[in-house]
Amino acid sequence: MENPAFVHHAVVLSLILFALGTLGVFLRRNVITVLMCVELMLNGVNLAFVAFSRAQGTLDGQVLVFFVMVVAAAEAAVGLAIVIALHRHRDTLDLDAFNLMKG
Amino acid sequence: MMIDAVLFYVFAAIAVASAVVVIGQRNPMYSAFALVVTLCSVAVIFGLLGSPFIAVLQVIVYAGAIMVLFLFVLMLLNVKREKDSPSRGQRTLSGVALALVTVLVLQAGAVLLRSRPTPAPDYDASTFEMAKILFSPHFLYAFEATSILILAALVGAVVLAKKEL
Amino acid sequence: MLDDPLLKILPFAILLLPLGGFVVLALFGDWIKRDKEETGAAWLACATVIISFGLAAWTTVRLYGLVAGEGGLRFFQPYLGYEWMEAGGFSVPYSLLVDPLSCVMMLVVTGVGSLIHVYSVGYMAHDEDRVPYFSYLNLFTFFMLLLVLGGNLPLMFVGWEGVGLCSYLLIGFWYRKDSAAAAGLKAFIVNRIGDAGLILGMIFVFHAFGSLDLVDIADNAGSLAPEGLWEFGPATIAALLLFVGATGKSAQIPLHVWLPDAMEGPTPVSALIHAATMVTAGVYMVARLGPLYHVSETAMMTVAVVGAVTALMAATIALVQTDIKRVLAYSTVSQLGYMFLACGVGAFGVGIFHLYTHAFFKALLFLGSGSVIHAMSGEQDMQRMGGLRKRIPWTFWTFLAGTLAIAGIPFFAGFFSKDEILAAALGHPVLLGIGLFTALLTAFYMARLLFLTFFGDFRGGEEAEHHLHESPWVMLVPLILLAIGSAAGGFVKIPEIVQPVFRLGHGHIPHVAWLPVAATLSAIAGILGAYYLYLAMPELRAGLASTFRPALRVFAAKYYWDDVYNGFVRRVVVRGSDLVLWQGVDNRVVDGAVNRTATITGALAEMLRPLQTGFVRQYALLILAGAVALLGYLLWP
Repeated sequence: MENPAFVHHAVVLSLILFALGTLGVFLRRNVITVLMCVELMLNGVNLAFVAFSRAQGTLDGQVLVFFVMVVAAAEAAVGLAIVIALHRHRDTLDLDAFNLMKG
Repeated sequence: MMIDAVLFYVFAAIAVASAVVVIGQRNPMYSAFALVVTLCSVAVIFGLLGSPFIAVLQVIVYAGAIMVLFLFVLMLLNVKREKDSPSRGQRTLSGVALALVTVLVLQAGAVLLRSRPTPAPDYDASTFEMAKILFSPHFLYAFEATSILILAALVGAVVLAKKEL
Repeated sequence: MLDDPLLKILPFAILLLPLGGFVVLALFGDWIKRDKEETGAAWLACATVIISFGLAAWTTVRLYGLVAGEGGLRFFQPYLGYEWMEAGGFSVPYSLLVDPLSCVMMLVVTGVGSLIHVYSVGYMAHDEDRVPYFSYLNLFTFFMLLLVLGGNLPLMFVGWEGVGLCSYLLIGFWYRKDSAAAAGLKAFIVNRIGDAGLILGMIFVFHAFGSLDLVDIADNAGSLAPEGLWEFGPATIAALLLFVGATGKSAQIPLHVWLPDAMEGPTPVSALIHAATMVTAGVYMVARLGPLYHVSETAMMTVAVVGAVTALMAATIALVQTDIKRVLAYSTVSQLGYMFLACGVGAFGVGIFHLYTHAFFKALLFLGSGSVIHAMSGEQDMQRMGGLRKRIPWTFWTFLAGTLAIAGIPFFAGFFSKDEILAAALGHPVLLGIGLFTALLTAFYMARLLFLTFFGDFRGGEEAEHHLHESPWVMLVPLILLAIGSAAGGFVKIPEIVQPVFRLGHGHIPHVAWLPVAATLSAIAGILGAYYLYLAMPELRAGLASTFRPALRVFAAKYYWDDVYNGFVRRVVVRGSDLVLWQGVDNRVVDGAVNRTATITGALAEMLRPLQTGFVRQYALLILAGAVALLGYLLWP
């Protein structure tokens, strides 16, 4: 718990996770998979917060993580509800099929 | 200590590997499971960073609730393997995305190289301390507000997913 | 400066009584009236004005209890305690000015006003709408008093506008008649045109003096540099602009056109507003600002010339009128011209003197004509009258007194004031000549009116002859009182009383012996001329008429003023508005700008449309690109 290098490496890890998540959002065509990649991004961010909180010695970063998790939960719930509604309409989960906003 | 370093590197590797699986797999079910693995590894790293509260929270809320919700929906909608052969527009998209993400990583990397954060001494992140801050006037409003947020999400999810209003 | 507490309150009481009368009648009039024949509301209105007259007399007496200042001037400025407007250096307090000039005006307004109120009780006895009528009369009295008592130009202007409003209401009183409604509008609109000049004039006055208080203006006018002929300095411009307002209110050229049409209103209204009081407001204003006008030679010359020319023109038109009230209306315009002539040659006090005598005899003449019309059951055409002197003797004798006064027969009121005007004009031979000739014409047309109406044989037919009857006492008593005033009023030395107000020293008017003689002779000549042409040898008329036919046609057409104005309004104003302002500016410029803006916005939007492809991932990509760019910018060392 006192290894000084952890913090720096944890931040690097968070960067990698975030980058992977972003890539996933663009590469995948299934809506639910995209949502999962968004969760991945959020995780990366959480990790960074905790790491910096450790570096600073205060607990503010961890409190923020707490709130991020709450919000992520809410967002996941509502997002999936929307996905279900979309599926009912078009019977597909392909992101490119939902282009009614064209023009 | 040595054991900590080993644990850290092992679980970091697992996290990255399963993240790659999440974004690479064609079958969404496999992506979901891989994500669960990622989440749990990250929880371990939280613990290694000295935040047991957050680590447990990660497992219970994220892996335990959110991912279960994802799995429920996946199974409800009977999602199949994703179709192959992305079109040419899709490939351009991916290329550009890749490039941008690389740039992003490089930028962040440059920042990190300039400053290497180190842990501070006297770090106590126990549940008690967390509770002290969370219920302090500083964060109390936000805390209560999140309960309303959850309520709103609850109602919203129910309304959106109903067959008839 | 004053410890006479009564003098502080009285003027406000005088002002507010008629206003109170108006409010009570407006709110409760119908309840007071209750029954068709009742006259309670009418007498209430009379009471307020009569009491005001009493208070005015009392105020005058108390004024003379004050210590006289420089040049024998006594004045007092009662102040209500607040300001109407206050902005930086500009302040308009609620203050009045009580001095000899305003006292004279006050007494004339309330005195003649009370007599006319009383007369109206009889004249309007059978009219359904008499409650509004009396309320308007009271309101008018209030505004007129505010005009003459106001201590600064804006307050005077409030009164000015207010009397214009009441004039409109009263001219168009029988509004169901199209011509009456139109006449009311014409009066108001022409007045408004003059008022534009008045407001501009006020602005220039403020610019020159830094204050709009009447005492300040009078005191400081003397320190302005005198401006010679055709020198358009600040005083000249201010005076000329204010005079434009005066021509509108007092019916001088070119804004005189509304007065003859104003005869559509009830006769007492014509007597009060268009003879004795409202139309004299212009004269009052010029006299009040006399010190300012005196500085500018151009303005004085303009006032005198306009007055003289108007007097002459109106007298010629009166020669050929057949409606009894029209003759009197043009006569009023003519006499007002005389008043302005007096002011224009520097004799402001004499102008006010003539205003005072004119109030008596013109009100008398109008009320007398009302009595005639009443006897004739509404007929106003003189060609259908005749020989009435035996049937309505009281009316006849009082009317005669008025006629002699206006003609300038010695010892009647008009003689003194007209004589002084001519004496003041001695330095300007052309104006003097116009004045004398107009005096002849005045005597002629008034005698013509007298002869046609009261002498000879009755030409109105059997039916009308049956109904001829003398007016009731409530109408005759005011006539008698006014006749006494017309006869004896000239002996009050008004010029001396008001002279200190103008701060011009003793207005010394030369008196040559031959002038009164010449004036009297021209008056007698006029009367004799009318006698021969209308009574003794009417055959002469046809011959004279054919000789002077072109001139007579111009007179009858009122010098084509109305036609010119009508044509101008119809062709230039209306068509101009239609073609230029409506189609050109409104449709093309304004609407065009709005429509073009919308079109351009639409076009821009069309250009940006392709950005919206509808693909969510592309949008997300753009967000990412933006974030990366921003980060790059922020991180750039």
